[in-house]
Amino acid sequence: MTLEARGISVRLSDREIVSGAGLELRPGELVGLIGPNGAGKSTLLRAMLGLIERAAGETLLDGDDFLARPARERARRVAFLPQDRKVEWRLSSHDIVMLGRYPHHSGFGGAGAEDRRAVDRALEAVDAGHLRDRPVAVLSGGERTRVLLARALAVESAYQLTDEPIAALDPYHQLHVMEILRDLADRGAGVLVVMHDLALAARFADRLILMNDGKIVCAGPPADVLTAERLAEVYGIRAARSGASMGDITELAPWTRMEAPPNEE
Amino acid sequence: MTKHPPFAVLIIALALLVAALAFASMITGPQGAGAFDLIGLLGADPDTAWLIMREVRLPRTALAVLEGATLGLAGATLQGFLRNPLADPGVIGVSSSASLFAVIVFYAGLGQYLGGLALPLAAIAGAMLCVLVLKMLAGRGGVLTLILAGVAISSISGAIMQLALNLSPNPFATQEILFWLMGSVTDRSLDHVWLATPFMLAGWALLATTAPSLDVMSLGEEAAASLGVNIPRTTTLIALGVALSVGAGAAVTGGIGFVGLVVPHLLRPLVGHKPSRLLPASALAGAALLTAADIFIRLVAIGPELKLGVVTALIGAPFFLWLVFKARAELEA
Repeated sequence: MTLEARGISVRLSDREIVSGAGLELRPGELVGLIGPNGAGKSTLLRAMLGLIERAAGETLLDGDDFLARPARERARRVAFLPQDRKVEWRLSSHDIVMLGRYPHHSGFGGAGAEDRRAVDRALEAVDAGHLRDRPVAVLSGGERTRVLLARALAVESAYQLTDEPIAALDPYHQLHVMEILRDLADRGAGVLVVMHDLALAARFADRLILMNDGKIVCAGPPADVLTAERLAEVYGIRAARSGASMGDITELAPWTRMEAPPNEE
Repeated sequence: MTKHPPFAVLIIALALLVAALAFASMITGPQGAGAFDLIGLLGADPDTAWLIMREVRLPRTALAVLEGATLGLAGATLQGFLRNPLADPGVIGVSSSASLFAVIVFYAGLGQYLGGLALPLAAIAGAMLCVLVLKMLAGRGGVLTLILAGVAISSISGAIMQLALNLSPNPFATQEILFWLMGSVTDRSLDHVWLATPFMLAGWALLATTAPSLDVMSLGEEAAASLGVNIPRTTTLIALGVALSVGAGAAVTGGIGFVGLVVPHLLRPLVGHKPSRLLPASALAGAALLTAADIFIRLVAIGPELKLGVVTALIGAPFFLWLVFKARAELEA
């Protein structure tokens, strides 16, 4: 039981954005995909889902070619929350979350009882039941993210890939969303989260995958990935660690910049 | 919290409105004859009354209903698909490129070929070409790119049509083209109805199949694709559907604009802002609006009868300006 991307390469107008990157996601684990801006994290996600063209590589779901499956079946097995949080029209939260059920019915048949229950469960899971009749357009950033997350949860797929779900959120909502994702993994889903907050990544993720310049640098438990040398080499920062003597990585906080960012020639 | 009527109630009410207006259109005579002119004639000379109804009023009413429904449906579909409240077959240049191709056929005197099918086929081809160019130009751009692309296409079509008028060998041809460009459902025969209807129905069917995916596209193309919406297939269905229905309509009724802009905008709050539900509602309301406008021009007596396209433009163009004004913040962002 795994979702696995192998040797994925993506080229955009002659530039290789992702070069032979691979990753593995198992049910019940929360994996943080981290790396500097432009490392190719979002592109890798899109390519492994078949949303953009790839120059090489494959995605396997339980050992079978995932991208050969019909689009709706893929959508039922793996849910994706893109970075773009824009919602057109003044659709209510309920209607937006119901869109997560699109891969499950023909579309014309309309929503069945099971679809409605799934929407209720998803809204409940993100503490947004009271927002169900409000238009998403008028919600605050934190509320909107939770509703869109509920849209992804309503798919009720075995795997959830989320692209920067806590970007631009205040600390309260960052914690809230990470708790929801952690809970989802604890209840058996395989959750992949693209994120920039290293402290939250270290604290909530079972494993981290560090990406730089289109390649996977390393993967493993947070303490093994977030070493001082790698932070310097990949991010160009030094981190402060309050619990450093015990090697307590969850207390890590980005603290100072090095002379020049590492990726600029 | 938004309140709106139950969807079924709205659809039934709009359908009844269309039926009532169609009936009024059947019994309302041109200027001078007045409303309900046929009621009296039915008693005195039923044969003539039926003849007028079948040969004059029926084609006029049928075309107003069909063209109104086409424009309402195409506008609602384009707005949902392009996620843009300013999208409309007229504004984005589809109608004008359909007109251009039709004028070229007119001008070249090819209108009689293919059993009269040359005209609608040319207009459909023009509309299709425009949609494909728009998708290429503005597929990834914002509101502004789309509108500018539409302006550019309309300008090109306009320039070539002016050229055709300029070079037109005789004044009768010029006048015929000019009147046709103004857009009207007057003096059409049932042949016109039979010519356009199959293409329109085919176009409507294609557009209707895209309704569920339009809802999902509210989340953006990427999220929609991740939920199993086939974006390239939806694009093709909409390009074909708009081209068939709007092209065939333009070939028969000429340039009638802004219905597809105004109608979806007014109805959106009544369907809970759902793009899929806006499709049938806009089709019915478009039919009602155009039929009502066509009755209106028969009842006002100012000089020669107003052309239907002139009336919709007089109402629609200021409405467009107002919409742009409202969307200003987004356009400048």
